[in-house]
Amino acid sequence: MTAAATASSPTMTAAADFPAAERAAIDASTRGPVLFFFGNAMLWLFLASILGFIASVQLHSPEFLASIPFLTYGRIWPAYTNVMNFGWASLAGMGVAIWLLARLSRVRIKFPGVLITGGVFWQVGLTYGIISILAGKTTGLEGLEIPTGSAALMLFGYLLVALWGSLLFGFRSQAPAYISVWYLVAALFWFPWTFAAAHAANILPGVSGVVQNLAAAWAAQNFQSVWLSAIGIATAYYLIPKVINRPIHSYNLASIGFWTFILFSGLTGATRLSGGPIPAWVVTLSISASILLLVHIITVTVNLVLTMRGQYHMVYHSPTIRFTFFGVLAFTIASVIGLFGSLRSVDKVLHFTQFHNAQFHLVIFAFYSMVIFGAIYYILPRLVGCEWLSASMISLHFWGAAYGGGMMICMLLFSGISTGLSLIDPEATFGQALQVSQVYQVGRTIAWGMVAIGQTIFAVHFLLMLMRIGQPGGEPTLFAPIGEEEKH
Amino acid sequence: MNRSSYLLAGIIGSFLLSVYALVIIPQKQLGSMQPQFQDDEGKIVDIYPVENVGIVHAGRAVYASEGCIYCHSQQVRDEQNGLDMERGWGVRRTVARDYLFDDPPFLGSTRMGPDLANVGSAKWRNEPENEDPDHKPAKRDAKWHLLHLYNPRVIVKDSNMPPYRYLFKKQKIGGQRSVDALDVPVEEGYEIVPKPEAKNLVGYLLSLDKSHPLKEVKTAAPEVAAK
Repeated sequence: MTAAATASSPTMTAAADFPAAERAAIDASTRGPVLFFFGNAMLWLFLASILGFIASVQLHSPEFLASIPFLTYGRIWPAYTNVMNFGWASLAGMGVAIWLLARLSRVRIKFPGVLITGGVFWQVGLTYGIISILAGKTTGLEGLEIPTGSAALMLFGYLLVALWGSLLFGFRSQAPAYISVWYLVAALFWFPWTFAAAHAANILPGVSGVVQNLAAAWAAQNFQSVWLSAIGIATAYYLIPKVINRPIHSYNLASIGFWTFILFSGLTGATRLSGGPIPAWVVTLSISASILLLVHIITVTVNLVLTMRGQYHMVYHSPTIRFTFFGVLAFTIASVIGLFGSLRSVDKVLHFTQFHNAQFHLVIFAFYSMVIFGAIYYILPRLVGCEWLSASMISLHFWGAAYGGGMMICMLLFSGISTGLSLIDPEATFGQALQVSQVYQVGRTIAWGMVAIGQTIFAVHFLLMLMRIGQPGGEPTLFAPIGEEEKH
Repeated sequence: MNRSSYLLAGIIGSFLLSVYALVIIPQKQLGSMQPQFQDDEGKIVDIYPVENVGIVHAGRAVYASEGCIYCHSQQVRDEQNGLDMERGWGVRRTVARDYLFDDPPFLGSTRMGPDLANVGSAKWRNEPENEDPDHKPAKRDAKWHLLHLYNPRVIVKDSNMPPYRYLFKKQKIGGQRSVDALDVPVEEGYEIVPKPEAKNLVGYLLSLDKSHPLKEVKTAAPEVAAK
């Protein structure tokens, strides 16, 4: 099929041409660790689906599983967010980052066992941390619940992974580095320092009460807007040009986007405590940074959308493009909504509602996870040597994730807005303000079910790939063949 | 090579800026803060806030452990930021000094339930005032809190709060009925009594009162507060 050539063509845009044999050898060197990270990330995603579903039901049916201490909402919810953040998102992200760094640096991975060891330490720490949360042992700081001992284990594992990632960058045979590499290096550097600094602020004596909250908010925001966003954007910057076989629209634009991103993203954290008992200037600074981030949002969106120009039909053919491009558009929506939400006039209405929960899912699910799904659809065939078995299964996964996830986020948004508007209405009691959003909570549970079905189909498909059950290698599995007339 | 030094310098520099602006400078600003007190002819009186000791400390651990922070905030915002004070959750906004001894403060980010910053204060209410007598604000004492924890919907019909029955135990009545026993239906000869966790939690809730006047913040005049 000629169609296949478009998607798997060796002529490259993101990385300059290099022999297919060399590329295959690099891919092969990443196989062990990347499959290990993806496989484990999938298990955490499965756990997250269950925990998230329970938490969602509990918000409209408070008696659900209420008699079991470790399944009470106040423990399930932090367990869910931490599994989602540190289990699924971080592990899958590390897998993608390693693969991208090896390819873009043109370096084979030596001693892959170090990466796997890092992944094991990370997960031992995380498992212990999640069990602690479910057992009621937490730091009590939102976004930083995992006890410090477990966090230290995770950090140690992470440092092994990051060290190997940095070595790939250091020994790269290709200069200058591609834009994705910039984002990945930034992500690898920012995460451990933020994570360590926030935990240090929690345990060090002499850190004033609310500064602990500020440090936790800062870390939680950096986790999303630097660590996850950088990996997501790096992946999109690689996959979209690669699959549609054309260079990114403007390298200068990409460069401006990166520098505004790295300068302003890390300053936005205090918006999470807007109106709270912290110095007002910190919040003002964070709001200003959120507004200035608009430059980043616009450059990334314009650049990636224009790279796709004339090739939008690829979303009908290529699973990788469909997921990734969905993620890019979600990035834009999430960022713009986040910007509006940070403005004082909006924040005073929505601050304590499900709005920020919607924001969390917009970033981690609609943007980040969709891009990572796209990456897994692209990378896995290159590691296991066969193509995805069924286009229909990919399609079902997409509908579950896009429609289910989209509906879930809309429900959270509606819930947040309706409650927020009632809360500023002096005529409505607090109880009434909560009641108006109850129907959306039910809708959210239904949507969550759709997401879980899509996820399960993806997990089965993934497992089949690991067992090498699929289409013969070489020609990517497409939703529909690319017609001759559409190719140019 | 030059290019990647710029890259690394930019990444490290931006991180330092971020941690400085959002963590280190606020810590410098707030780190040396002390409780407020009055000097009454050489005697230090009226110290606020005070350290969390005894049942308050133990109750804080239960509050964290059960994840109360995911539905209840403990921060009262000013008039520009909603109706917190009008709803009866406090007479002034809370400020950094209120949380001096909280390790960590339970500020919370979501209100699936009311704010609890002042829930131990006699003036705290979550119902509108001037309603008919049936709806007048409840007196939230230990008995009220224990029953509410055991089954929120007995007290607040539409409550979406989960019950915390596992913080209580059913025991055989031996001679005298226990003074802590809840007024809930239970089989003959048995009673429901709080475990130490429930008692600690309630002790902590009853201690929550951040209405003490502070120099740095204006307390709403009583007539405004009672509007």
